[in-house]
Amino acid sequence: MADNILSEAKRYLVFKIGEEEYGIDIRKITTIIEKDMEIARVPKLPTFLKGVINLRGEIIPVMSMRLKLGLSEDSYGPDTRIIIISLDEVSAGLIVDSVAEVIEFNDESIESIANIAGELSFDYIAGVGKAEGKIVTLLNLDRLIYLEE
Amino acid sequence: MDMNQYLEIFIEETKEHLQSLNQCLLQMEKDPEDTLMLNEIFRVAHTLKGMSGTMGFTRMARLTHDMEDVLQSLRNNEIKTSPNLIDLLFKCLDALDEYNSSIVDTGSEGTEDNLGIIEELRQFIEHRDSDLASKSQTDTPSVTPPLASDGDDAGTLVEGSADIALNQYDIDVIEKASNMGNNAYQVTIKLDKGCVLKSARAFIVFKTLERHSEIIKSEPLVQDIEDEKFDFEFTLIILSKEDEELILKDLMSISEIEDVIIKLIKASNPDGNLVVEKESESQVSEHDSKAEHADDEAIHQKADSVAKKTKTGKTVRVDIDRLDVLLNLVSELIIQKTRLEGLEGIERTPDYVETLEYLERITTNLHDAVMKVRMVPVETVFNRFPRMIRDISKDLGKEVDLRMSGEETELDRTVIDEIGDPLIHLLRNSCDHGIESKEQRKKLGKPEVGVIELKAYQDGNNVVIEVGDDGQGINTEKVKKLAIERGLLNEDMAANLTKKDIIDYLFKPSFSTADHVTDLSGRGVGLDVVKTKIEALGGSVEVETELGKGSKFFIRLPLTLAIIQALLVMVGEEKYAIQLSTIHKIINITPDDIKLVQKQEVVMYRNSVVPVIRLEQVLEVPKDDNEEQKTMTLVIVKKGERLTGFMVDRILGQQEIVQKSLGKFLSGIKIITSATILGDGNVALILDVNALAM
Repeated sequence: MADNILSEAKRYLVFKIGEEEYGIDIRKITTIIEKDMEIARVPKLPTFLKGVINLRGEIIPVMSMRLKLGLSEDSYGPDTRIIIISLDEVSAGLIVDSVAEVIEFNDESIESIANIAGELSFDYIAGVGKAEGKIVTLLNLDRLIYLEE
Repeated sequence: MDMNQYLEIFIEETKEHLQSLNQCLLQMEKDPEDTLMLNEIFRVAHTLKGMSGTMGFTRMARLTHDMEDVLQSLRNNEIKTSPNLIDLLFKCLDALDEYNSSIVDTGSEGTEDNLGIIEELRQFIEHRDSDLASKSQTDTPSVTPPLASDGDDAGTLVEGSADIALNQYDIDVIEKASNMGNNAYQVTIKLDKGCVLKSARAFIVFKTLERHSEIIKSEPLVQDIEDEKFDFEFTLIILSKEDEELILKDLMSISEIEDVIIKLIKASNPDGNLVVEKESESQVSEHDSKAEHADDEAIHQKADSVAKKTKTGKTVRVDIDRLDVLLNLVSELIIQKTRLEGLEGIERTPDYVETLEYLERITTNLHDAVMKVRMVPVETVFNRFPRMIRDISKDLGKEVDLRMSGEETELDRTVIDEIGDPLIHLLRNSCDHGIESKEQRKKLGKPEVGVIELKAYQDGNNVVIEVGDDGQGINTEKVKKLAIERGLLNEDMAANLTKKDIIDYLFKPSFSTADHVTDLSGRGVGLDVVKTKIEALGGSVEVETELGKGSKFFIRLPLTLAIIQALLVMVGEEKYAIQLSTIHKIINITPDDIKLVQKQEVVMYRNSVVPVIRLEQVLEVPKDDNEEQKTMTLVIVKKGERLTGFMVDRILGQQEIVQKSLGKFLSGIKIITSATILGDGNVALILDVNALAM
């Protein structure tokens, strides 16, 4: 997986969970919305799946990135955003504390996770990007969504 | 020319033609004399030949060409239908189907030449030639049977048909003509019931005959025929040097001619009466005229159905995706309309209310119209079953009569696409397990031919499809025994079960009561799959069975899937929707009404025990306090015949809602079927009554 990521330069959307910054491949993102609607809770789901929302007539499941990454429960604020991503067949919303910027990482600035041992599970991590003194954890969306089904 | 753009149309039309071929062949197998069907089969084969030729599918064209030859001989009565021939035609059908599937998959017809089938077809034609040869040898000048050797039928016909009254002048003319080597024939022409321009068709008949014959009399009169003052039949007396075979062939080559009867007449009697000496006719006519006397109505029906099939001019083929887009837009419109109705802070002037009501009417009508467009008659699923039953019963050595009714009942396209497999399962089950073997049936005093009934009809907001057989029924004791063997049940439990409860075990995964696993069924993958599929469509399956008499499966399906009437309820602070058609009654109860039976909460309702399900618990609704309310609202739903009460906090009201899929990601949740968007833009989940109810 990491090899694929490293083979070409890509643009990443960087968002914040707590103090940490995460990046996801911008090509997978449909839109970013404010968290101003209610999330309809769906029973019998793992806790990180908060429920579904209505996005312009479409029902989209949303998950809390905080809970997914093993952090504390969300506290929704004015900066809270839902990033709507679409993979092959599914659309989903990711609740994040705030959205920061778009950063382009080229091959040299991404380090494979084999070199860095973090406290997070490695499953969703595609690599670590370094730019302008920042360190951004790059997430593998496919794994994030499909793992642990 | 780029053919690709036509490929899809070709494939679709070929499918339709093959389907109609299938039906006609089945019909012909039942009734080999049915000439309407023969003509239809010929027409289809001819069309397929033309279509495949145009598209450059030479193998397909060749096969249909040879088929056409055989069919033409059949029409001309040069060969007779036989079970072998019908089997061969079925083989052709399968081969054509094969070609079409190959075209669907790869865009080319493949390399299978089906030489075996073509060879067989050729043999039939060669037979014809030898038949003809032997016939001409045995031809005697006395009263002879018509071309093919079915003389009995012809005999009855002579008596049954009314001849034209000839006056002395006509007789003189005929006598004179016969002296000059001309034969006089009485030609009765029946036009196809679907024929629109009857007089024009008759004109062509006249023109054709005039090439080699002289028309001396016509009934009705020529003038009346020109004015279309006749039914579908007219009779002519003609003089010709040619023999009747050629005249018959000429006439039958005109399209929209259903039937031609030719009789040779001779003015040989001393008293001047004309004697019909010899009669020949296309095979078409025999059955028809007989049937017309015997059963006028049946023939009309048949003619109608043929006419219906050919009347396709006023339809438009639309991609199902476009219809989905249209439906989605209508759904959006309905959501917005509901939202408009719920908007607050607007002064409700009479004008405003009136406009809103008008909008409501329009959206409802629009929705109905779009749903109607998506409706497809179940016939599109049913029509493949007769062939299937034929093949299965042949394999099993049983005789089964499939009786279908209500084929015109309509269902949403999405439902139609899904019910095929479950129905196949049920029909196979009936064939394999239901209907007994011939010997057994004889022993039991039942008719040897088993009957499977497939019925569709509308029942309120549902469509019911029944699959019934007159076979052995379900042996509940056997089911019980097996359930115990499989460890699904223990003896004590089994003793208390009702017949219905036991039958439910049939629908459990990996359950089969067949003693022998056959090719068709008995591998235990049947009924549970049927049930899952039907329930996924929002429907239900029920069984009625009587040992020794047969079983009946009832499949109940919702008319439409996308937009439903629902009851909105509050559970805690969350809104849920329950499909209105599943709701039996809403009652208020007090905590005292709830009793405990085997740790299950129940209430008495109309003298029956109804289990109570607290939705807040099942749905894991977060609640602050568990303070018991004084009165509680119970929504009683029915699943099949059984009632279950859902306890809710509050009823919000009835609303037309648009069902939206939860998507693949959340597809694993059993108790929620889908979601809907309410007027305020928020989402409410739609409860799966089938999964929740007991």
